[in-house]
Amino acid sequence: MLVVTAVAAIRLRDLFAVVMLFGIYSLVSASLFVILDAVDVAFTEASVGAGVATVFMLSTLALTTSREKRPVPHKPLLPLLVVTITGLALVYGTWDIPRYGDPANPVHHHLVQRFIEDSPKEISIPNVVTSVLASYRGYDTLGETTVVFTAAIGVLVLVGGARRRRRSRKDEPE
Amino acid sequence: MAILGLYNYWIFIVLMMCGFYVVISSGNLVKKLVGLNIFQTSVFILYISMGKIIGGTAPIIMDKAAVYSNPLPHVLILTAIVVGIATTSLGLALVVRINEAYGTIEEDEIHAQDREEAL
Repeated sequence: MLVVTAVAAIRLRDLFAVVMLFGIYSLVSASLFVILDAVDVAFTEASVGAGVATVFMLSTLALTTSREKRPVPHKPLLPLLVVTITGLALVYGTWDIPRYGDPANPVHHHLVQRFIEDSPKEISIPNVVTSVLASYRGYDTLGETTVVFTAAIGVLVLVGGARRRRRSRKDEPE
Repeated sequence: MAILGLYNYWIFIVLMMCGFYVVISSGNLVKKLVGLNIFQTSVFILYISMGKIIGGTAPIIMDKAAVYSNPLPHVLILTAIVVGIATTSLGLALVVRINEAYGTIEEDEIHAQDREEAL
């Protein structure tokens, strides 16, 4: 289902529909995260990916244009070739990867046992994801907020600065 | 059975290649950003599916002894989603700014205008 939505989003020319399909894609992937036991990630993906990102993209379309020009894409063969080769190389690479859902996978051996056993005692929050995010990796989360802050400043400078320029251009006598 | 265990990685690869294809083949800047986001979500799926244990539950500690899925990929991906929306919004702001300067969001038209100015 995810693949179908993604392919449909690629094929369409109407940018409005593309953005809407992207929202649906995010929502479907959020439900996939619930199935994969990642409830916190599913929350975030549903609100941020399907909600905020779609709103941002729609406002961009409102400020620019909602139609993709050029009905025939230029030379689709070369990108298709590159993509197929890369994909096949990646599939070849999966042969050595540990199998899905196996408790003996190397990912599950280090650190995790300690977090699951000790974090309720140390932080007294039952949700391990929250305690790791806010406490053990607190500095990382602080850095993440710095990134968001920087991005917000960048957006304000780019969009707000443009608005100011337009206004000053309008004030100039013709 | 051993082959079926790789199924999640193949989904991830197909999605990633879809996103990659849009990024390199589409000339429209907004569509490129959508492709970049599809690419990004495929990486999320890779990480989250690595942390899954069959028969496990979400990593919220309960009294009943249970198998929990690995919480560490979840934490990493939470950070990645938030950073992802930050970069996406910055990219969209750049698109708005480009549209103001050039009057278009098609890559080849922008290149054509640049070439005319250079002459």
